[in-house]
Amino acid sequence: MLVIKNLHASIDGAPILRGINLEVKAGEVHAIMGPNGSGKSTLASVLAGREEYEVTEGEVLFKGKDLLALAPEERAREGVFLAFQYPVEIPGVSTTNFLRTAVNQVREYRGLNPLDAVKFLSVMKEKMKLVEIDQKLMSRSLNEGFSGGEKKRNEIFQMAMLEPTLSILDETDSGLDIDALRIVSNGVNQLKSSETATIVVTHYQRLLDYIVPDFVHVLFNGRIVKSGTKDLALDLEEKGYDWIKEEVKAASV
Amino acid sequence: MTTLTKNKISELILNQAPSFNSFPQLREKGRTITLGNGLPASKDEEYKFTSISKKLEQTLDNFSLSKKTVLDLNLIQSHLFEGFDGDLLVFNNGNYEKSLSSVNQTGIEVSSLNDSMPVSLGTIAKTEKDPFISLNNIYFEDGIFIKVKKNHKIDKPVFFLFFNKANQGQVISPRILIEVEENAEVSFLENTISLDESPYLCNVVTEIKVGQNAHVHYNRHQSENRNSIVVNNFETDIHRDATFTSVVISLSGDMVRNNLTLNLLDSGCEGNMYGLYLLNGKTHVDNHTNVDHTKPHSESNELYKGILADNSRGVFNGKIFVRQDAQKTNAFQQNNNILLSDDATVNTKPQLEIWADDVKCSHGCTTGQLDEEALFYLRARGLSKDQAKGMLLFAFAGEVLEHVSDESFKKYLTDIVQERLGSNF
Repeated sequence: MLVIKNLHASIDGAPILRGINLEVKAGEVHAIMGPNGSGKSTLASVLAGREEYEVTEGEVLFKGKDLLALAPEERAREGVFLAFQYPVEIPGVSTTNFLRTAVNQVREYRGLNPLDAVKFLSVMKEKMKLVEIDQKLMSRSLNEGFSGGEKKRNEIFQMAMLEPTLSILDETDSGLDIDALRIVSNGVNQLKSSETATIVVTHYQRLLDYIVPDFVHVLFNGRIVKSGTKDLALDLEEKGYDWIKEEVKAASV
Repeated sequence: MTTLTKNKISELILNQAPSFNSFPQLREKGRTITLGNGLPASKDEEYKFTSISKKLEQTLDNFSLSKKTVLDLNLIQSHLFEGFDGDLLVFNNGNYEKSLSSVNQTGIEVSSLNDSMPVSLGTIAKTEKDPFISLNNIYFEDGIFIKVKKNHKIDKPVFFLFFNKANQGQVISPRILIEVEENAEVSFLENTISLDESPYLCNVVTEIKVGQNAHVHYNRHQSENRNSIVVNNFETDIHRDATFTSVVISLSGDMVRNNLTLNLLDSGCEGNMYGLYLLNGKTHVDNHTNVDHTKPHSESNELYKGILADNSRGVFNGKIFVRQDAQKTNAFQQNNNILLSDDATVNTKPQLEIWADDVKCSHGCTTGQLDEEALFYLRARGLSKDQAKGMLLFAFAGEVLEHVSDESFKKYLTDIVQERLGSNF
């Protein structure tokens, strides 16, 4: 589904990603871990099409298409979803209206009829249950005055509404308490299928107790320096990142 | 050098101005002041960012009063907004057209100024306050006097529909006087239609007395042609426990200057001022507002928002005056602007003069670009760049539009704004 080859990216001329290689197949969950500043969020942003980042080398194929050639909205319509680390508050835009526009935009692209208001509301109700999100939030301005947990739940709710094939969760667990974490993970797990894939970017092993990855990758200095199964995450939890840094250092000498 | 006139423009004007017998004192005063002071020069602090005299000199060559043009019912019908239901007041180049208007609600009396000769004309918008009030004093031919009677709640809106088109003269000079008596309630709507693209000066003076415990809402839509120069002097005297709300939506014109003054004359008054300006091309819109708190326990709220593209320019000057007597005043002011091009300009200036010591006043202004992070967020959900932009701008503008009091008029304005924001502006 997703093939990343030798991806290099920089911001304001400073290189952040220095040759990422990764393949994600349908049905898989990949966790990307790593210390602060290793490039985890940059990778998520580059995949979603954030324009501040400049891709200097390499390619990304999504379902065989050149993902990097697409505008952010085209990527979304193709089925890439980024759950933001910091969801943006947008005063004056109602969550419901915004989502209806987004859903119908995506449906149109996929050759489906737009949902009318009634149908949309019933789909919305159904998906709201997944993340136990309150109806009241839906009539408010997008993310405005939402608590941290509500914002993250709203991200997963939007993901449920847009039915992406590749979901990228950018530190969705940061700042969540255990209850919120459970709710968010539940939502993600229920949306998993053999046709979809998930990339979980996280700093903490804790999330992986709930969303169990098939693969764990450690990002360091803009490269994937180690890959393994979920046991790797447990090692990291126990030993921290220093041994990996040591390994990298040793290898480069 | 002549001692009679300050600048060339006032000389031109005084040579070509009409001469009327009605309201002799007002006319005389207007003439004296215009002769003495002329029109505002660029060094005039109040007109610092709006060189209106220069603009008039460059744009107009005939300062005679424009004659009436031809209006018929079909034309009028075509300019009523969908869902309009209320009283209609039609103006032909500033003159009230009784035969084309319809006033049916009880509690409201409408007459021409020349018929009713109200002695209060010119007592709210005083001649010396602004050069364009003096000018209007000289130029207005007739005007309208509206009385809303005591204890009457006027259910349906009263709609001013102005038709402007330079005709053997390029000055249009509407004059409006409204007296809303005690405990009455009324909502006014205003729309101005330019019948062609030719330049003119439309110099309006509106005076409103809001009686004790009366409630008045006044909604204006300004979309005159791209060569028009528009000056509005809009002043209200607000009496005890009364509420007055102004909404001004400015969408086009060459140069527009709005002076809005709310005199909160007693306790328990509430004055609200909302404005939205959506500007493109070379349009220049200047909103000068002034709220005067004179007695304790009054409140004012002000929100002006602007979206500016191309080479347009917006000016906001918000004066809040709190007199020594006006303890426990609450006054809030906000001006926010979004610039969509590098060549658009905003000059914003809050001006607070507070003489009382127990008051709550706040003001703030922001000028910036569209929030890139918000734009990316919406696009990451599948909205196109234009859609996302339109949605953000509309959300920004919506905060002002929601204050329009009549639902049909609100819908009409919302549609216009939405269309403007959805397109490439």
